[in-house]
Amino acid sequence: MQFDISQSRCFSIIAHVDHGKSTLADRMLEVCNAVDPRDMRSQYLDTMDIERERGITIKAQNARLTYKNHTLQLIDTPGHVDFSYEVSRSLAACEGVVLLVDASQGIEAQTLANCYLALDNDLAIVVALNKIDLPAAEPERVASEVEKVLGVPAEECLYVSGKTGEGVTELLDAVIDRIPAPTGDPDQPLQALIFDSVFDTYRGVISSLRVMNGVLDAAQPIRFLNTGTVHPVDEIGVRLPVNTPVKQLTPGEVGYLIAGIKNLDEARVGETVSTAAHPGTALEGYREPKPMVFCGLYPVDGDEFDELRESLDKLALNDASFTYAPETSHALGFGFRCGFLGLLHMEIARERLEREYNLSLVATAPNVQYKAFTTDGNMTEVHNPSELPEASRLDHIEEPYSVISIISPSEYIGTIMDLAQTRRGELQRMDYLSPERVEIVYDIPMAEIVMDFFDVLKSRSKGYASLDYEIGDYRTSKLVRVDVLLNGQPVDAFSTIVHTDKAYDYGRKMAAKLRELIPRQMFDVPIQAAVGSRIIARETVKAKRKDVLAKCYGGDVSRKRKLLEKQKEGKKRMKHIGRVEVPQEAFVSALRLDD
Amino acid sequence: MSSPYGTGAYVHIPFCERRCDYCDFATWTDRSHLMAAYVDACVSHAQALRREHPGAIDHVFFGGGTPSLLPPDDLGRIVDALQPTPDAEITVEVNPDSFSDRHARVYAASGVNRISMGVQSMDDEVLVALGRTHNRDNVAQAVRAARGAGIEHVNVDLIYGSPVESFRSWIASVSAALSDDIDHLSCYALTVEPGTPLGASVAAGTARAPDDDDQAAKYEAIDELCESAGLSWYEISNWARPGGECRHNQNTWAGGNYLAVGAAAHGFMDGARFWNVRTPERYIEAVSTTGDPVAVRVPQSLQDRYVETLMLGLRTRTGVDLAGWPDAVIQTAADLVDIGLLVAGGRSAPPNFDQSGRPSQTRDADSCHGADGQRFSLTRRGRLLASHVMSELASHLPDGR
Ligand SMILES: Nc1nc2c(ncn2[C@@H]2O[C@H](COP(=O)(O)OP(=O)(O)OP(=O)(O)O)[C@@H](O)[C@H]2O)c(=O)[nH]1
Ligand SMILES: C[S@@+](CC[C@H](N)C(=O)[O-])C[C@H]1O[C@@H](n2cnc3c(N)ncnc32)[C@H](O)[C@@H]1O
Ligand code: SF4
Ligand SMILES: [Mg+2]
Repeated sequence: MQFDISQSRCFSIIAHVDHGKSTLADRMLEVCNAVDPRDMRSQYLDTMDIERERGITIKAQNARLTYKNHTLQLIDTPGHVDFSYEVSRSLAACEGVVLLVDASQGIEAQTLANCYLALDNDLAIVVALNKIDLPAAEPERVASEVEKVLGVPAEECLYVSGKTGEGVTELLDAVIDRIPAPTGDPDQPLQALIFDSVFDTYRGVISSLRVMNGVLDAAQPIRFLNTGTVHPVDEIGVRLPVNTPVKQLTPGEVGYLIAGIKNLDEARVGETVSTAAHPGTALEGYREPKPMVFCGLYPVDGDEFDELRESLDKLALNDASFTYAPETSHALGFGFRCGFLGLLHMEIARERLEREYNLSLVATAPNVQYKAFTTDGNMTEVHNPSELPEASRLDHIEEPYSVISIISPSEYIGTIMDLAQTRRGELQRMDYLSPERVEIVYDIPMAEIVMDFFDVLKSRSKGYASLDYEIGDYRTSKLVRVDVLLNGQPVDAFSTIVHTDKAYDYGRKMAAKLRELIPRQMFDVPIQAAVGSRIIARETVKAKRKDVLAKCYGGDVSRKRKLLEKQKEGKKRMKHIGRVEVPQEAFVSALRLDD
Repeated sequence: MSSPYGTGAYVHIPFCERRCDYCDFATWTDRSHLMAAYVDACVSHAQALRREHPGAIDHVFFGGGTPSLLPPDDLGRIVDALQPTPDAEITVEVNPDSFSDRHARVYAASGVNRISMGVQSMDDEVLVALGRTHNRDNVAQAVRAARGAGIEHVNVDLIYGSPVESFRSWIASVSAALSDDIDHLSCYALTVEPGTPLGASVAAGTARAPDDDDQAAKYEAIDELCESAGLSWYEISNWARPGGECRHNQNTWAGGNYLAVGAAAHGFMDGARFWNVRTPERYIEAVSTTGDPVAVRVPQSLQDRYVETLMLGLRTRTGVDLAGWPDAVIQTAADLVDIGLLVAGGRSAPPNFDQSGRPSQTRDADSCHGADGQRFSLTRRGRLLASHVMSELASHLPDGR
């Protein structure tokens, strides 16, 4: 079908995690006969292994559908807060959104956050209440919540089920009715916005873009307006959802571009594509998402350092938001300090490294980025606790704060406020979304939420509370570094920066944990936690008294011999902290978050 | 390798009344119907081995399983088939409740001069917890039976460190054993073996594993009690009165030759370790068809010899002579001396044999030191940490076979 801009609609499906975006997208693909029924599978657009396994969307995906003489260009977005930058990017390519709300849950933290993003972008919003097939669904109640909180009249909410397909054609009709067609002038110089780029081993970088003005022609060299580089085009096309080459992309069209680019940095998200011959002006790009959480990643087996570096290189090809730089730990050897958008991002990256690249890794405890001010007025950015300047030179430390919004049934207010209080949160406001649901907003140090805040919140609210966060400002706090010493030797991998009030708690927990994990040696091993030279916790691993095998009769010789060889192998995998031999596994377990 | 202890024969008797919870030895509780055929197979296998190895047999050890479950005359037939020297040490492992006066008399008549009794504990509560069938009263009786029949050497096996065994109970067991008329005591730390009922309960969390510190304390207690009763340690788990040492076991630790008779029996001859097929059925079958029940034979490499010398030699009071070993090993031994796990110089000489083949205690301790005094043996603390000592030394051996 010939593309006609007035018959086109570009929209994203946005929602809180698990409210059914990808499932709804499946039904839309079906209604529009986009996928051969034999190839259909659930969450068709979730193509990465890890997405399919975890049942979550990590990367936004777009598809072009034909429906009642219209061209629908939809983008399915992730709901998880760590990947909200994917949502912002997608919105820049759209005129409207379908905001899905799970009718059995109601408005949740990312419903609000994503809705505000759409409003900020002046997009038309079509609200659809999903999962109406569920017995627990209460679409009327949720509709009035939507009306009260989002200001969208209850009668405008559509009722759908991504599972049964009920209401999907009505929803598509509403998309056509309520979301404006794109506008754009084909005669102006080309301006196309790259809103996503992925790396493909065979084809190089494949970028998703939306043409705003002008015409992208496969036969004409292009220019990236921000980097200034010029490339011949290998292929342009549209996703139906299978990649289908075309000769031209005109205003209002969403498609993909392959231009023989081997490095994501050269085709960054937010880049404006123009023609080499008649370059236009650059469009407004995006703010790059900044890593908020850092941890050291080390190979369990020191011999795997090169493999780790290569794997990180490959991972970064597909994930521009993830950073890494080599670092050395006295205890763990050579590794990398890596930056992530959040804990889920970190967990996923680590899992991919271990699984796809077959590495086994030790990860240090995650930390945020601190600003340390020395007495001479200089500031150092601290990504790793061991970078903290000595106490004598240190004037003060600033830590990043975030603004968190928690939405929960009102019965959990007490326990949630208690949690936020113990995590140094400062209550900003509390709004009732309905008599039963409340939004609570706190300013809280980011360090407090990157550890286990979300898990604790979930368990305290029996799974009902949801959390969204935004990066806030830096503030001065009373922070100290807690060091852990084995037999008098500090172990850098266990150092952490915490608020003074929590130093004792961390020190005690770590010392107790290590006492269980460090095998008994030939001598007593003191484990100490210290702030500067002040010891705040102490445990001892008592010297080993017995390891001998009681019996060694003739028949045992071969068997005992094997045990001895195994011991010898085990020794090779030990790290030496002074005279203390520590198995790598002890680091892995001591640094694991869930204890 | 030759040893000062001559050549031996190990005979395995794989029958028991009931399996103890901790035991992973090759033994069966439901095959007594095979006993007669089994004895016949052992006899004909022993005869065949003697044709192949006509030299002197200086000691025979009947281990189990429970050799005392065999009709005593049958055991005598196997002894005869092995034709040991007249002075040979002949040991039979017995369980206290399957060893009668008659056993003792028939054994003595067959040349048996050493009894090794599986007692494990003198505390009836501990005995039940270990899954044993006898009680403490059986023990004194059995020892008297052996002595009454003129059997010269009696050993008692004890196990320490069951989680139900208190320190006091253990002291009482050792003292009670030492008050009987014995010249040898073996004390084994209870070991949780995979595949045993005990192993399964520990894995499932329904039983506690023995505690290393408890076992260490109990070990130190044994050593004190034995020394003061006149028994001294000569191997990590063995104590004896002078002249009461078990020659057969000393031969094993010294890397000496011994033949293997019976199912699952292990042997060592002319630089190769080997073992027979595991089940009594297959043993009977192999002896009657091919005549060769050996399942696996592993020739010892030079590397094996070094490692095994460490593993076995260090267990003994004599220790190992490191003269001619790699410098790094000797240096490590010196370091281990510094931290109190080894002492330089053997603790006592291996017993010398006089003309009659009897061990004599006349050698002085110094005569066994290596030419340049590079003999090392374990201290008491070192005995408890012997695995560490062995692996430290072994890790400095050149790799490779
Ligand atoms: N009963 C019912 N279940 C649904 C419906 N839509 C989605 N689900 C289920 O809800 C879960 C989440 O669905 P997804 O489509 O993966 O949700 P999502 O919003 O794409 O999730 P993220 O991409 O991770 O934010 C899955 O188990 C779906 O099977 C529906 O209409 N009815
Ligand atoms: C193979 S058993 C045969 C002796 C005889 N059947 C008996 O149990 O009385 C020899 C000795 O090994 C010891 N033993 C066996 N299994 C053991 C274990 N798991 N831990 C410690 N000692 C063990 C016991 O002291 C036992 O007496
Ligand atoms: S310990 Fe002795 S009696 Fe118990 S099963 Fe083992 S061999 Fe048989
Ligand atoms: Mg999804």
